[in-house]
Amino acid sequence: MSTFSAIGDEREIDRDEYTPGVEPQPTWCPGCGDFSVLKALKQALPEVGRTPEETLLCTGIGCSGKLNSYLDTYGFHTIHGRSLPVARAAKLANPDLEVIAAGGDGDGYGIGGNHFIHTARENHDMTYIVFNNEIFGLTKGQTSPTSPKGHKSKTQPSGSAKEPIKPLSMSLNAGASYVARTAAVNPNQAKEILIEAIEHDGFAHVDFLTQCPTWNKDARQYVPYIDVNESDDYEFDKTDRVEAAEMMRETEESLYEGEVLTGRFYVDEERPSYGAEKQEIGEMPEEPLAERYWDDDYEWERSHDMFLDKHA
Amino acid sequence: MTDDELIWRISGGSGDGIASTSQNFAKALMRSGLNVFTHRHYPSRIRGGHTYTEVRASADPVESRGDGYNFLLALGDSFARNPQEEAVYGNEEIKPLSENLDELREGGVIVYDEGLLDASDIPNFDERVEENDWHVYPLDLRGLARDQGREVMRNTAGVGATCALTGMDLDHVQDLMRDAMPEKILEPNLEILQIAYDQVREEYDVDAPDVSVPTGEHDEEQLLMSGSDAISYGAIDEGCRFIAGYPMTPWTEVFTIMTQNLPKLGGISEQVEDEIAAAALAVGASHAGVKAMSGSSGGGFALMSEPLGLAEMTETPVVLVEAMRAGPSTGMPTKPEQSDLEHVLYTSQGDSQRVVLAPGTVEEAYEQSRLAFRLAYEYQIPSILLYDQKLGGELKNVPKSHFDREPNPTLGKTLSEDALAEEPHSPDGKFHRFQHDVEDGVSPRSIPGQKGGRFLATGNEHDPTGHIAESPDNRVAQIDRRTQKLEAIRDDLDQEDTGSYAGPEDAEYGILTFGSQQGTVEEAVGRLNDAGISVKSYGVSDMLPFPTEQVREFVESVDEVLVVEMTASGQFRGLVQKNLGQYGEKLSSLLKYNGNPFEPAEIVDGFEAAVVEGDGDASGHQTTFVPAAGD
Repeated sequence: MSTFSAIGDEREIDRDEYTPGVEPQPTWCPGCGDFSVLKALKQALPEVGRTPEETLLCTGIGCSGKLNSYLDTYGFHTIHGRSLPVARAAKLANPDLEVIAAGGDGDGYGIGGNHFIHTARENHDMTYIVFNNEIFGLTKGQTSPTSPKGHKSKTQPSGSAKEPIKPLSMSLNAGASYVARTAAVNPNQAKEILIEAIEHDGFAHVDFLTQCPTWNKDARQYVPYIDVNESDDYEFDKTDRVEAAEMMRETEESLYEGEVLTGRFYVDEERPSYGAEKQEIGEMPEEPLAERYWDDDYEWERSHDMFLDKHA
Repeated sequence: MTDDELIWRISGGSGDGIASTSQNFAKALMRSGLNVFTHRHYPSRIRGGHTYTEVRASADPVESRGDGYNFLLALGDSFARNPQEEAVYGNEEIKPLSENLDELREGGVIVYDEGLLDASDIPNFDERVEENDWHVYPLDLRGLARDQGREVMRNTAGVGATCALTGMDLDHVQDLMRDAMPEKILEPNLEILQIAYDQVREEYDVDAPDVSVPTGEHDEEQLLMSGSDAISYGAIDEGCRFIAGYPMTPWTEVFTIMTQNLPKLGGISEQVEDEIAAAALAVGASHAGVKAMSGSSGGGFALMSEPLGLAEMTETPVVLVEAMRAGPSTGMPTKPEQSDLEHVLYTSQGDSQRVVLAPGTVEEAYEQSRLAFRLAYEYQIPSILLYDQKLGGELKNVPKSHFDREPNPTLGKTLSEDALAEEPHSPDGKFHRFQHDVEDGVSPRSIPGQKGGRFLATGNEHDPTGHIAESPDNRVAQIDRRTQKLEAIRDDLDQEDTGSYAGPEDAEYGILTFGSQQGTVEEAVGRLNDAGISVKSYGVSDMLPFPTEQVREFVESVDEVLVVEMTASGQFRGLVQKNLGQYGEKLSSLLKYNGNPFEPAEIVDGFEAAVVEGDGDASGHQTTFVPAAGD
């Protein structure tokens, strides 16, 4: 038996395998958009052939972080804003793992914004799902980085004076090689986008619009949505940075004018992932580092033999 | 202070090659058979500003900087700002000479570069020379180097003059230059070295040197090594193949050494966006089955507080190194202090647990770096290796045989897939990663990708499968189990005492210290006993879990104890008292926090004033005595 025999296991996967026995029913509020992320993941993972034990799901803190309790894979429910550095290190340590990170808009675009920018910039081969509901839910309804200007809440009683974050544009500028937006109300598109994101060799960022029926009642339910890749009203080349940027700008502005645009906004299949870049310069082993610790034949190097002569 | 030692100080500006010149000279002295120890002083500045390095060399073992020094090589500061009377920096050009006079011993030697420095700029220079019986050699080192076409090689000219004046052969210096220098600059350097050497011997009577280089012999091969080197090699020998970091002085040294070496070992180094990410990456890599580390200095380590707690709560093994410098806030970035002790002991919310080790010497830095990894992985807990700018950067000779040890890449209690199958699982197949009742509180772990090992790691309180759980019974069982690991680690550490002891066992008085002050304390203890004062010392390394019984025994065995540390608030004494819960009337403090480490004489004088004479006034030193407070 190899060390990590779950990896590369070719078999039929039932989506129920991802449902934990101990808490099969999520505690999200009725009507919450988060259910759709869970459902789309349970559909996407069997289709891409990734079993629960070759998948590592890293989440942040918030309603979205509970995804780890409801999707039965190897999981790391980290700390607020820090799912990405944990996730990308796990990918470097063992590139054979399917690594998915997830968090909310406060988690990813607020407290973890620095990590988001740098993980996208480095183009790690992983998927990052941001549950974007334009509100802090678990802490009961405070204004978030994606809340529209003028949004009123207990912590912004006069209405927010800030322009919201533009997550798609930010992602593109930072260096993500796959940028998409989908919505909870669009389950088929969500599933398809997650499949593409997981299969994409690079940093795939999915801004997932998840309505919050409890704390963001004023907000739209993200309907009706328009798929910009399918609609005849929009024509742009998603492999062209300039056209993608323009489409993103329009999408981000129109969201606050009541028009929900979704789809794939930028796809770059040419850019090598970070792991490949690091291997290219000789700073990343060809074999997964995690396997070496189980290799009884590996002769571990000693500083005594390798590095001490220059001190003599 | 012994007479038979050379303490050579080379001074100049940052960027003048002071560090590399002194390192080569120290190595030459080591190769000649001497024991060496360096001390460096530099500003947080790229170019210019007063910087010096001392090289202490003796036939006897040296574990500390000395008291002052006896040979000054003052080069020019090539990057000095123009002298301006009203400006805070005054005349920087003369500082390599003027700033170093206070600590030069009577009878000492001054070589200065008269091509750049004019001694008449220093008030009362001639009177001071006469008063202190200094021997002054103004040499045009710059001119000499320029004549050979390379003005920047005046350092080499200075070394040649040093050799001539101390009676040292050029052989070892020449050998080193051949090892260290590229062909292009080697020949002119060798020439300059020889010319300076010959010229000094011609011009001056050097047959009876004012200060001689001692002679000695090593009975085995020696290496010149810093604490940062030793920490890095310890990590490598424990199988650490992943490091993540963000630059910060003085931690950057370990980060750099690891980053340069890891690719040669098929390992990975990541320079990331901030220290929160750095520590989180180390946690993520370790979770995925690799031995991993991160580290920083005070301010950067503050950012690691949350990932540190996450590692503790998820029982993910990780090693963090903390290189202390003078705080608070940005403090004095290039100056040593030990005032992050409480910071690393207590940072992160809740009753979080960790191991904190503070090595005292370069040898201990290697051993305890390895120990930190062993404890982290065997007990699934974060280990912190606490050291400072002094231990990290000072160089000393260590026998090569010290490092001739087997590697230890084991991950600790980690299960194979076969073994996992035998372990308890929930009906849905989740592995019980965090079992309540297990030996030493350590529940074996699985690694993502293993069949049958699926679990959730979470910073929330959790049940045996890792599932978030807040029931009182589970909470108590889990926190008790995690706490129990520290007791097991204390038992483990008691198998081999990591403390360092000096002085007679039945001594009347005691000195307690921790970390990098150990060598200096031990030299002071030797001198005090030579002077008829019966005193012993105990350098403590385990900060957490604390060796309470060993320290209690030490304190009980003497009449009074002086606690020596580089903090302003007596943090280590506080830790001792917290753990002992008594003996407050026996413990007084000698503190230093001016940016420079203790000299042995400061401890000798401080001890005599505080303990023997009892009034605490050690005049002439910038140290502070704090009397015993009572329990």
